[in-house]
Amino acid sequence: MTVSHQQANRRSHSAGDHGFPWSHIAGYILSVVLTASALWLAVAHAGRPVWRLSAILSLASAQIFVQLFLFMHITESHGPRYHVLALVLAAVFTLTVVMGSIWIMSFNGTQAY
Amino acid sequence: MAVAQDTVERSVRNGVPLEYATADGELKIAGFWLFLSTDLLLFACLFSTYAILRTNTVGGPTGAQLFDIPGFTTETFALLTSSFTCGLATHEMRRGNRAALIAWLAVTVLLGLVFIGFELDEFISYATHGAAMQRSAFLSAFFTLVGTHGAHVSLGILWMLTVVYQLAVRGITAVTARKVFIVGLYWHFLDIVWVFIFTVVYLTGVLK
Repeated sequence: MTVSHQQANRRSHSAGDHGFPWSHIAGYILSVVLTASALWLAVAHAGRPVWRLSAILSLASAQIFVQLFLFMHITESHGPRYHVLALVLAAVFTLTVVMGSIWIMSFNGTQAY
Repeated sequence: MAVAQDTVERSVRNGVPLEYATADGELKIAGFWLFLSTDLLLFACLFSTYAILRTNTVGGPTGAQLFDIPGFTTETFALLTSSFTCGLATHEMRRGNRAALIAWLAVTVLLGLVFIGFELDEFISYATHGAAMQRSAFLSAFFTLVGTHGAHVSLGILWMLTVVYQLAVRGITAVTARKVFIVGLYWHFLDIVWVFIFTVVYLTGVLK
């Protein structure tokens, strides 16, 4: 049991996982750099706030991809990637709910639609 | 035992990780991605509410007055590091190294506890300085959003401990491998949500 078990696992990382976890280390370094950059941008006094706000939101969005591709193995699937479809749909709904709410509440019903 | 042996053989033949080796494992992993998609919608509603109410402080404290930069930065790095160690746990699982797998999960749980500790300290400090949930719409939205994430992390810690117990008793099987993988997905997802809380709540709050 133990021997064949080890064989199973040794064989399984020929599919992409190697002995040393390079992709995880790359992901960690990236997430630390992205977070530190966002923190610096927020507390620095250079540039217009609206640009810095856009920049920190972009850095946060980049972190989604670091987690999904380097930690969550999103590319792994043995058939149609339905989970990617579900996530894309959820992302569309999320953007619609967040941006739609901000849009409506910003104009506060005062527009003559 | 015979069934487990079969699973391992199939895993070897197809070169797939053990957690995907059975149809049951594959289906449950796909199902968990669906759950994460719906959980994202819950957070979408809480983020929208916060984005709209963040300036409604009705004379109470504002984010800029409350948020403590070293405190929320420590929380953020604790959670980022725990997401990394959780990834290392999955990596060790795929190498069949049970001791290293359990050790990395334990480190992940400890970092999760550090995160929750800082968060509780922050909440208690706000509440004792007149910034409780009922003070303003801003604070209601703040405690609901950040608290819902904190409740998810607390549940994740308890869940991960039960997985560690199962690994200690049963070792790495198709079933326990799937459980480790799924609790890992949950943990990484919570890290993504936190990165947005860090950005939208804390950084935007202290941005000048």
